[in-house]
Amino acid sequence: MTAYAAAPHAIRPAERLSEIWRRSATLLVLIAAIALLALLAGQADAVLQRRVIFCLVNLVAVVGLYIFMGNSGVLNFSVVGFMAIGAYTSALLSMPAAMKGTFLPDLPLWLGAMQVPHMLALLTAGVVPALIALLVGFPIMRLSGIGAAIATLSLLFIAYIVLGNWDSLTGGQGSLMGLQTYVKLPVAAAVAGGAVAVAFWFQETRWGIALRASREDEVAARASGIRIPRVRLIAFVLGAFVAGVAGALFAHFQGTLRVENFYLDLTFLLMTMLVVGGSRSLTGAVAGTFAISLVTELLRQTEVGVTLPGAAVTLQTPAGLGDVALAGVMLVIILFRPNGISGGREIDEMWRRRAGRKHRKLPEERNA
Amino acid sequence: MGNLNPIQILVDTVSVGGLYALTALGLGLIFSVMRLANFAHAELVTCAAYAVFALSGQPVAVAIVASVGTAMVLALATERLAFRPLRSADQTTMLIASFAVSMFIQKLLIFTVGSRPKPVDPLPILAQPIAIAGAQVSLLKLATILACIACLGALTYLLRRTSIGLHMRAAAEDFTMAQLVGVRANSVILAAFVLSGFLAAVVALLFVAQTGFVHPRLGVQIVLVGFVATVIGGLGSLPGAAAGGFLVGALATLLQALLPAELRPFREAFLFLIVILVLLFRPNGLWPAPGLKERV
Repeated sequence: MTAYAAAPHAIRPAERLSEIWRRSATLLVLIAAIALLALLAGQADAVLQRRVIFCLVNLVAVVGLYIFMGNSGVLNFSVVGFMAIGAYTSALLSMPAAMKGTFLPDLPLWLGAMQVPHMLALLTAGVVPALIALLVGFPIMRLSGIGAAIATLSLLFIAYIVLGNWDSLTGGQGSLMGLQTYVKLPVAAAVAGGAVAVAFWFQETRWGIALRASREDEVAARASGIRIPRVRLIAFVLGAFVAGVAGALFAHFQGTLRVENFYLDLTFLLMTMLVVGGSRSLTGAVAGTFAISLVTELLRQTEVGVTLPGAAVTLQTPAGLGDVALAGVMLVIILFRPNGISGGREIDEMWRRRAGRKHRKLPEERNA
Repeated sequence: MGNLNPIQILVDTVSVGGLYALTALGLGLIFSVMRLANFAHAELVTCAAYAVFALSGQPVAVAIVASVGTAMVLALATERLAFRPLRSADQTTMLIASFAVSMFIQKLLIFTVGSRPKPVDPLPILAQPIAIAGAQVSLLKLATILACIACLGALTYLLRRTSIGLHMRAAAEDFTMAQLVGVRANSVILAAFVLSGFLAAVVALLFVAQTGFVHPRLGVQIVLVGFVATVIGGLGSLPGAAAGGFLVGALATLLQALLPAELRPFREAFLFLIVILVLLFRPNGLWPAPGLKERV
């Protein structure tokens, strides 16, 4: 742990230990929140359970988005593309050979005959996007601002077009069906917890701290000897790994796979979750995912129709309003609370603020 | 296509490229004065197209006026409600905001009119082909080319010869400095949005006439390629945007004509690959705008 590396003042051993504890509080609370959600959902009916699993799968993806975008402050539209690659990787590796013969008769022979255990397929679903990210990210990481946004958007389109037209490998625009749906509550919660832990570990490493320094002030960070493209690349690759795993979870949760699902709508949903929660902190990524999942679920309920206790009429909103409301929520947050629910702070930082104790000033407070 | 008649290819290139050029110009106008990459431009195009659809029984002139009006009003509304409060925010926040505005309008449209494509044919007289030097060329493509040339000419005149054009060019070069010498920020930005709305409507009209359908994601399709064009041409540079549009049109036509059949579905992937390459070797585009470099 290099947690105390962020603290500029000299640190005595006892102080150092308590600092580590304090910073780890964020991770512990976030993991506890995920565990609690999963435990509560375990008592609920099957429909609600599915919603919670979906929320946890989205959480993994949002954490993948956060690792790069949150820490670097550079927009990243490519996460959903990496999710798609992960999803297809896992599907192709874990589908029974007979199934592949039916849906994808033109697969190369070695791939058609291959069937690996789910956990190995899940891991590979992270590794393949990570390798691709390493390859394409190497040059792209020099870009910032609009350039990076357009470049990563281009990556998303390329992934979408290639996967959507590579008929022999992915079945093209059609659906890939019959994937084993092993992603239930325990798996989803465990992977979500793992993703949060990885993201937390990363942002406490020297790379994570250097990357966030470059987010606050690119020029000053470069002047301090931070090699920005390199630390960005590390985050980009790690983010792609997590996103790929999220994609695989998505595939094995739904049981069917369509390229169409991995496009701008999902990109917008994930980005909404991150921005609403506050893209500058891991706490924000988790809070935003939970909040938006709750809002979408409530809106879905009203589309089905709710009868308030004591009221004689059933409230029902027309279908499709939920999507409009989601975009509306996103807009309102950007306009009125651009740092999101969390204000860009981690939980331990919120506690310290509340306690009113003296602590290191955060860069965003200096500007405020 | 398969037909490699040079005149045919030239007409295709210019008519496709012209649409992209107009789209890129609409995006470039906003970017040059505000540093905003406006995703919501897509919805200006879509809504203008739906205005044409809604008035498809009426005389063509009415439909045209309505679609231009719709796009302009919508452009002004998005500026006032979403982008003006964010004027001092950083590029990333504005980009996310424009993504949200775009999604908001798109979902609202799907919510109100449904997501199914609807047929519309605003300019049926332009459908018949005519022969030029042995090539079959549709009147519509020629009309598209003429409309693009007219728009480019008018825009050039506006930017070069009128005072608001001068103000816009000054603001594009250095917004703060322009303000200091008396250019009004609001009037320049509003003018940019009005013009981009107008261009969006022209694009919508021509695109709908070419494809014969309206659907809620129509604008996204074309504006994404418009983005490619602005990036290749040089973000913030208007001649660059126009040139980028034609270049992308040429690339698309050539890829379609020259790629082997099995690679043709991946045509647009090649286009986006080229964008990445351009960004790598010329991060400010092929014809970079002056004054784009961020100051420290």
